[in-house]
Amino acid sequence: MPRPATLVRLAALALLLAFLAVPQRFAPLFAPLTQYGAPPIYDQGNLALLALAQLGTVCLAAAASTVVAVGLAILVTREIGAQFLPLSRTLVHVGQTFPPVAVLAVAVPLVGFGEKPTLIALFAYGLLPIFENTLVGLRTCPPAVLEAASGMGLGARERLLSVELPLALPLILEGVRLSLVINVGTATIGSTVAAKGLGEVIIAGLLSSNTAFILQGGLVTGLMAILLYDGLVALERRLLRPVSLD
Amino acid sequence: MITLESLTKRYGEATVVDAVSLTVERNSITVIVGTSGSGKSTLLRMINRLVEPTSGRVLLDGRDTRAEPAHLLRRRIGYVIQGNGLFPHRTVAENIATVPRLLGWDSQRIAARVRELLEVFQLDPAQYADALPHQLSGGQQQRVGVARALAAGAAVLLMDEPFGALDPIIRAKAQDDLLDIQRRYGTTVVLVTHDMEEAFRLGTRVAVMSQGRVLQYDRPAVLLTHPADSFVSRMTGFADRAMRLLSLTTAAEAAVPGAAEGPAVPGSASLREVLSELVWSGAESATVLNADGTPRGRLTVAAILARGRP
Repeated sequence: MPRPATLVRLAALALLLAFLAVPQRFAPLFAPLTQYGAPPIYDQGNLALLALAQLGTVCLAAAASTVVAVGLAILVTREIGAQFLPLSRTLVHVGQTFPPVAVLAVAVPLVGFGEKPTLIALFAYGLLPIFENTLVGLRTCPPAVLEAASGMGLGARERLLSVELPLALPLILEGVRLSLVINVGTATIGSTVAAKGLGEVIIAGLLSSNTAFILQGGLVTGLMAILLYDGLVALERRLLRPVSLD
Repeated sequence: MITLESLTKRYGEATVVDAVSLTVERNSITVIVGTSGSGKSTLLRMINRLVEPTSGRVLLDGRDTRAEPAHLLRRRIGYVIQGNGLFPHRTVAENIATVPRLLGWDSQRIAARVRELLEVFQLDPAQYADALPHQLSGGQQQRVGVARALAAGAAVLLMDEPFGALDPIIRAKAQDDLLDIQRRYGTTVVLVTHDMEEAFRLGTRVAVMSQGRVLQYDRPAVLLTHPADSFVSRMTGFADRAMRLLSLTTAAEAAVPGAAEGPAVPGSASLREVLSELVWSGAESATVLNADGTPRGRLTVAAILARGRP
């Protein structure tokens, strides 16, 4: 018998999939939110395709953030790269504090409208959690374990790949998860520069004062973020061995 | 055989190890003992080049240890540290297989070796091979640490306070196990400790270190009967030295032919333990038994006391 929390999640997933598959069936629910006979369900594009496009953009950006952030964290925890720590930190923090909307504004003249500026904004925005978590993960490897690894003759590369990264993996994955979830929501702004996504629905709602549209775009985005988070947690539990660092 | 030639390590102005020269015989246990900050761990870590000496050199069977890359050298030298440093994300079998894997052994040979070691270290392979380190007791983790260090057949084993984290009963057992293992594989062991009791119990030879220098390097009995200076004398326990000396000899070694009326003691007991037994029972002599339980000879109080004098 699954736990109640699992049941709630499965119900939420079923609801999301049902809404994306046959949105018109939900029209009566949204009708009270419309005025002057406006359509209660977004009709200028396929909701499922928009959701998928948004998810795709987010995943692509997260993959790039992961490669760069983990790479940087590895570099600054090596002896030769230690002096780059302040610089890397500054870069990553700027990525987080510079508003994604402003990134879009800067990126559009350079790379044009569409997916590209959105990818750049999400990439920069998603670096921080992954970088900081990887840094903590690599730095908190038990010293006795590292000493033993060196003492047995593991080279620097072997030590990194077979001891440090596996021990840091739970924290790295947590960072990736945070980054993904933050960006599922943030990605909606991509629609201001013509990237495919649910932001389109929200903007359409804002332009035509259609609360139903705004709510649809927001709810689908929110549900995706929550379910993605829970799904990744469940996946991590399955994949990772329970490890005690004591 | 390990030869240290005027090995020195300086960190800035501080000299941590100061021109130490000594020879560790093959197939023996050398214990380096000293107070904290005496440089004993640094000395040990210079043998496998975890610390590079400022000057001087280390010869392993006559060959300079700098003749090969440090990580390749370390694969031939077992290394055990306090708190054992087992990889928490790897199973017991994977931990033990670490160095054989690095050396590129085939998987069948690795599996056979892991199994052999688990059995030698009294860990049932069926139960423990796939366990994770945190599922083991402290004593079991320690044994896995030693098994891992010996997995690739290292002829030299370096141990840095290996029993420091164990409680007294498990520690005594671990020390006995080490003696067995050392005899079984003929390993050359260099062990660092601050515990003189442990040094006397394990050491074929003991080096007493203070402030980066080796004050005396000799058999335990010589440290007691002819201490080089007052520091060595204090380290070896001046007030307790007669009893310490007695603890270095076994009943079997000291027994003389003849019958006794007192209690029977095993031949493996130390003279200190036999004396304690005689004091307790009020008898004048004890019967010493062979391992199979047959009488071997006897020991009188007077004979024991005579051995407690230089």
